[in-house]
Amino acid sequence: MQQDWILGLIRGLLIGSAAALFLLVNGRIMGASGIVGALVDGTAQDSKGEKLAFLAGLIAVPAMLRPFWGEVSVHLTPNLGVLILGGALVGLGTRLANGCTSGHGVCGLSRFSPRSVLSTLLYLAAGVITMALARHVWGLI
Amino acid sequence: MWRWVSAATAGGVFGAGLLISGMVDSQKVQAWLDVFGAWDPTLAFVLGGAVLPMIPVWRIAARRKTALLGDTIPAPKAPRFERSFILGSILFGMGWALVGLCPGPALAVLSFGGTEALVFLFAMLAAMIAAPAVTRQIERTTR
Repeated sequence: MQQDWILGLIRGLLIGSAAALFLLVNGRIMGASGIVGALVDGTAQDSKGEKLAFLAGLIAVPAMLRPFWGEVSVHLTPNLGVLILGGALVGLGTRLANGCTSGHGVCGLSRFSPRSVLSTLLYLAAGVITMALARHVWGLI
Repeated sequence: MWRWVSAATAGGVFGAGLLISGMVDSQKVQAWLDVFGAWDPTLAFVLGGAVLPMIPVWRIAARRKTALLGDTIPAPKAPRFERSFILGSILFGMGWALVGLCPGPALAVLSFGGTEALVFLFAMLAAMIAAPAVTRQIERTTR
């Protein structure tokens, strides 16, 4: 268990390093929902190429690494209704909130941004409550 | 050119981090949010590991004011907490718990997540396209 925590910390460093690179070299905040959201809603404008390049790396590198990393599985629910509802809530919510786990959680918390601290507390609390209800009360997931 | 190389590298390192840290495993994410069940706190350490190096990086960025490729470092947003912002944060948490994927992992698993991941991704993208209109509607009706 203790080993899991140390490994978790070290693996997390990789995510933080990516955010550091994007900020210090490109001058951009590494927020996944902001990057993909601006591309699909047409607000990306002059940073379109940069955002597409980021997405290409984000999709290609896990594809290349996965065979060497013990066949990681996503273990998604087969319930189509839950998948669509969850996807819609994540897409709408992150755009209304202007950030997700990477933008608010990683980049915003480390900057001590009040908006990011509040957003992170809210989505974690909503997640814990939803999980408690959906799994232990309604038996949905 | 360097802008694209750097962006693709950042995306790749981010994707590798998500893959090996377990953020792409929806069951692991759900176990992290399952505080009242079989709670698995590991991902809190992943988040901690991601936040820690960024604290000094923000100091460097604030001192330099511009990034290596010349762009201005984005200024912090004024601490305004609009209704759409509060509502959005809560909706995101609900969706994250229901399926166990947030936007970064939803993209990182594209090559191996199967039809289920595609369904989730399309629903997410459709909602993102609708989001600007929803934001305007919320801010108009509540002000």
